[in-house]
Amino acid sequence: MSILYPQNEMLESRERMVLNLYLVTSLVLFLVMMVLGLLMRLAQGAWMDMSPTLFYQVMTAHGAGMVGTAALASSAVMWFFLRKYVPLKTSIFLANYVLFMIGAVLLLVAIFIGKFAGAWTFLYPLPVQSLGVWSVGSAVLFMVGFLIIGVGFLLFYLDAMRGVIRVYGNLGRGLGLQWLFSGTVDPDHPKTVVASTMVIIVNSLGILGGAVVIVMSLINAYDPEIALNALFAKNLIYFFGHVFINITIYMAVIGVYELLPRYTGRRWGMSRPFLWAWAASTLMVMIVYPHHLLMDFAMPRWMAVTGQVISYTSGLPVFTVTAYGALTNIHRSRMRWRIPAMLLILSMFGWAAGIVPAIIDATISVNHVMHNTLWVPGHFHFYLLLGVLPMQFAFMYHLIGRDTDRSVSRSDRLGFWMYLSGGLAFVFMFLAGGHASVPRRWATHFPGWQVYDQVASLSAALVIVALSLFTVRICLGLMHTPSSAEPAPAGD
Amino acid sequence: MSFQDRIWLTTLVGIALVTLAFLHVIRQSGREEDPKTVQTRAYALRRWLFGGLIALGIVVTGASLWPFPIASQHGAPMAPQVVHVVGHQWAWQMDTTRVRAGIPVAFEVTSADVNHGFGIYDSTDRLLTQTQSMPGVTNRLVYTFEHPGKYRILCLEYCGLAHHAMIREIDVVDGTEEES
Repeated sequence: MSILYPQNEMLESRERMVLNLYLVTSLVLFLVMMVLGLLMRLAQGAWMDMSPTLFYQVMTAHGAGMVGTAALASSAVMWFFLRKYVPLKTSIFLANYVLFMIGAVLLLVAIFIGKFAGAWTFLYPLPVQSLGVWSVGSAVLFMVGFLIIGVGFLLFYLDAMRGVIRVYGNLGRGLGLQWLFSGTVDPDHPKTVVASTMVIIVNSLGILGGAVVIVMSLINAYDPEIALNALFAKNLIYFFGHVFINITIYMAVIGVYELLPRYTGRRWGMSRPFLWAWAASTLMVMIVYPHHLLMDFAMPRWMAVTGQVISYTSGLPVFTVTAYGALTNIHRSRMRWRIPAMLLILSMFGWAAGIVPAIIDATISVNHVMHNTLWVPGHFHFYLLLGVLPMQFAFMYHLIGRDTDRSVSRSDRLGFWMYLSGGLAFVFMFLAGGHASVPRRWATHFPGWQVYDQVASLSAALVIVALSLFTVRICLGLMHTPSSAEPAPAGD
Repeated sequence: MSFQDRIWLTTLVGIALVTLAFLHVIRQSGREEDPKTVQTRAYALRRWLFGGLIALGIVVTGASLWPFPIASQHGAPMAPQVVHVVGHQWAWQMDTTRVRAGIPVAFEVTSADVNHGFGIYDSTDRLLTQTQSMPGVTNRLVYTFEHPGKYRILCLEYCGLAHHAMIREIDVVDGTEEES
């Protein structure tokens, strides 16, 4: 059996403190944001009174909060494993956290005090044209909050970039591009380094794209004479938004590559198809964003075709390399069925199954009847709620576990099944709502649509209870985990 | 079966196939087999999966893009009926709300302020088609109503406080009756 807790993953006390800040904050924020999501579904289902003003504020907070928190938790996964292979500065990791918290406070002030409700996508020119619902100052505060959070992540990526270049010479070698066409692939080249390098390249550019449109919007906010091209701004926003949220998956999947082989006891070696998959994903994640603009008919036709075709090809690395590789690793392996292993498999399922409705929606003719309906939150909640979050929870559960743990506790098992059943019912209510043409981002729903909202509310409540169990268990576990580096026991 | 029904069915089949693959592997995970044997068999199967997905992608791409599902945006609209639409916070301004069934309508859609979504719903609240309504940009949506009746325009892009109330009704009348 392989070792679950290798020596080179031990944390020094300062590292552990910073990591714990990330993890506890993420769990608490996930809980709060899920409660906000539940309130929205209750209001849409007419089970709760909520004014449209408050609804759209809650919607803005939920969107921005979930995207940011998913990125925060995923960056903790990437940092934890990448530091084994390249030098990373704990101070930079801490700086990212501090900047995130400052940015988050600004967002919350802008939303709940300044009444900003321009959605997390801050689609120009809505932030500065609210018809008096919120002030330009609130919009500015919101965008500055985003900017500060972006600076934090950029610092983290620059530090990781420095580390990869120091060890591997350049980013291309970190990605393993030297082995794409010829040569013997180094079987020990870490998957973590390949994935992290992809993340560094893609999300640095994504954040820069977001920063450009935010700075342009800020200038416009104070000098409306300097107007933006709304279509160009939309391109930049969706480039940034698509890349940023997708990268949360690519950071968190590092945990799957690192941990799954330990629970199956099987090596998951480096291979040429794996390198091709990640090289292709590096490019595809950056050029696929036009699938968000398929209903913008003024866009060049070739971009719409690119959006559809690249959406299809983007599924190949997921289906045929990562999910397939994970299943191959599990198949007849005498798996160690512990809670991290269960969550890892759930995460692979959530990712693979969730991209089915996503890819279908990227077909232009389908997009005509599904775009901006509940189908869209249906597919992204599928691979975020049942994909990314389980990857992160698996990592957290692994951290608080021990080599000697041999079984899954009753509360963990209960939490897992509640999360899975509640999560599935929740995302299927979104998809069913999309099938019924229910628009997304509507404060009130027609009576015929409310049944989806009501079932979704019950399901969301179940997920929240499950997450509460996870949160208590993980936070208690983190408190009891040794605070300084010490030898790991031998594997069982 | 509506277009949405076919999309729903395709999605359910796709998710079911993924689920079956996972359930199969999970059921087998308690047994033990030589990893090399498992890998060899799995990688051989993967070549077929990869090839199959590529072939499926090519077929679907060809079938779904030919004819191209978005009307030409260049030059004057070729449709016999043209409706100019301007989105405002929070109302639709249209130069007519009466069109004929069975004859293509070109909706020339723009916005006076922020982004809106111009979604056409039938009397059963089923979405038929849509385009974006953007400031400084005109999107041309060409659609042929099959049946006379009451239809509604709903806003499908979040545009602020009364986004959900941005609804306008249009009358689709029998094409032959209107002409006579």
